[in-house]
Amino acid sequence: MTQPETLETLGRAADTPEPLVSVRRLRKRFALHPERLLPWRFDRRQRGWRRERIHAVNGVDLDIQRGDALCVVGESGCGKSTLARLIMGLVTPSDGEVHYDGRRIDHLNARQWQPFRRRMQMIFQNPYASLNPRLTVRQALEEPVRIHHPDWSRDRVGAKVETLMADVGIDSGWGDRFAHEFSGGQRQRIAIARALSVDPEFVVADEPVSALDVSVQAQVLNLMMDAQASHRLTYLFITHDLAVVEHFATRVAVMYLGTICELADADTLFAHPRHPYTRALLAASPRLDDAFPGQLRLSGELSMPLQAPSGCVFRDRCPHANRRCREAAPTPITLDRGHQVACHAVEEGRI
Amino acid sequence: MRANPMALLEVEHLDVRFPLRRGEIRAVRDLSFSLERGERLGIVGESGAGKSVLAFSLLKLLSRPGRIVAGKVRFEGRELTSLSERQFRRLRGNRLAMIFQDPLTTLNPVLTIGQQMIESLKAHRRLSTRRARIVAIDKLRQVQVSSPERRLEQYPHQLSGGLCQRVVIAIALLLEPDIIIADEPTTALDVTIQAEIITLLKRLCDEHDVGLIVISHDLGVIGQLTQRTLVMYAGRIVEQGPTREIINDAQHPYTQGLINALPQMTLPRQRLHQIPGSMPTLSEVPSGCAFNPRCAYRMTPEGLPRRDCIENVPQPVRSGECQVACHWVAELIAREPSEERAT
Repeated sequence: MTQPETLETLGRAADTPEPLVSVRRLRKRFALHPERLLPWRFDRRQRGWRRERIHAVNGVDLDIQRGDALCVVGESGCGKSTLARLIMGLVTPSDGEVHYDGRRIDHLNARQWQPFRRRMQMIFQNPYASLNPRLTVRQALEEPVRIHHPDWSRDRVGAKVETLMADVGIDSGWGDRFAHEFSGGQRQRIAIARALSVDPEFVVADEPVSALDVSVQAQVLNLMMDAQASHRLTYLFITHDLAVVEHFATRVAVMYLGTICELADADTLFAHPRHPYTRALLAASPRLDDAFPGQLRLSGELSMPLQAPSGCVFRDRCPHANRRCREAAPTPITLDRGHQVACHAVEEGRI
Repeated sequence: MRANPMALLEVEHLDVRFPLRRGEIRAVRDLSFSLERGERLGIVGESGAGKSVLAFSLLKLLSRPGRIVAGKVRFEGRELTSLSERQFRRLRGNRLAMIFQDPLTTLNPVLTIGQQMIESLKAHRRLSTRRARIVAIDKLRQVQVSSPERRLEQYPHQLSGGLCQRVVIAIALLLEPDIIIADEPTTALDVTIQAEIITLLKRLCDEHDVGLIVISHDLGVIGQLTQRTLVMYAGRIVEQGPTREIINDAQHPYTQGLINALPQMTLPRQRLHQIPGSMPTLSEVPSGCAFNPRCAYRMTPEGLPRRDCIENVPQPVRSGECQVACHWVAELIAREPSEERAT
């Protein structure tokens, strides 16, 4: 077993080029809504709840290399969507840094953000909500092109939109229709076309296929992989579906309660998961070839990260937790080929 | 289909329609199946296939203007479609229970768990509140809810999603029903919780000899939870048979497409198999076989479009242990009967 190191000094290999996106000690705390503060609701007069915060992202370090499809996987409430939004600048971090192509971007104002917006785009989960119902498909696709290329002629914008629609398999005759006239899969294609309209190099997709049926999911995943090849995209792909991760990812980060517990190349992670949570997650996901849910079972559910927890975030559900796990948070260690695990038990060789 | 004396629930030629101003929607068409005591049956299909309408019509929960136009639903030999609402109330929740997709919207947010459980018990049984409480606690224990006495005093929003779904299952079990219909019981839950709920449902059905109908779009869940599966497309059953058979050796082109489209069926980073096009809306289902515009097998070996596929609705034929409604499969069987039987 290797010595514990800090993530700062780690790369995937010695000759690794500069990452496209890198995130350092990123934290986001949200003030809790008083109604949501369940156990203390009757204590309102004491004003104690005001200090309660949710630690949605709690010290994440992450590098995304060019050309990667990095999937972040975890259960609901683990902070994966917040991480995506932090990187896109849609929420301001409480602490930590986000670097894009060597430049720090987490403290930029709206004007300074603009050039990065062209290079980074986002696809959302629900295509019913992410498209403006009052714009036709053509208008929706023209809008970002116009904003980012104010000098382009009308014809040039029109031609760009035509190519985009052909790229994602939308019939050009549909351009004058509105979003509500399309099915979920078609809408997601439009949303993808819109993200690609400004020729980005980095696309963040937050559960882009979770609302879609299996046969449509296949169409959209194919489209996203084709786009990655043809536009040389780098993806940050947020999902809870391990089958999709195994198929789509080149690299996988497993998140639990705001921290990354395991980070590895996709084939390594699925072949040799090390963190007990990753193992439990893999065991629980239904597979077609066996009739029984996995044997490695977790008890309990994701709790709310109210206080910055002492010790390992997974300790309450972990079958291998001991005293050290309760007292000290594990630091990520690197095994081989950039496979990082944050677990005392793995470090000590107990599992 | 022949009458099965053993069947707990028998559905024959069920037809459900929604007459609308713009035209009629035929959500369920000529659908027949049966469920035996203690059997776990899966209904799989994509959104818009008519799965939920089927479940709602079995429990007479169809919202207007939907109605059962034809067909029979027999429960222990007793015809249900002709029962009055008053008569049906004695069955619903009592002998036939339902579990809905989203546990938080199923439960009443302004009543405690205890009030909801006791209300349902007292509506069907002559029990004192104290006695009902004991039954409720017992059922919560059966679904492995920790400290059930305390849960009875809590409101749904105080419980997590997984815990809520356990409570919903406990309520479904309260009156010891013969059939539980579960519409996407794990879709709103995380995988680790989903695995627990699947194990729980399996155990409960075996222990209480309850017939379970699970509706899901997730073949993984269907594969783990059920013994027999119906595959629905555009309101009809296109294939039915033992779940293992259907997953390992699907015959109908749609079922094959559905399974092949799963990411697990392709090597990582390769293009997934996709079914071209999308499910038709139920008001404009193509003539003949509803799947024909998307089907890769609608051509004959000679390269001509098969007229049957466009003109005639395929009738189910036996293929191995499955029933498949497909002209192409029927043709294959007709051509090589012995070989088909052997596999």
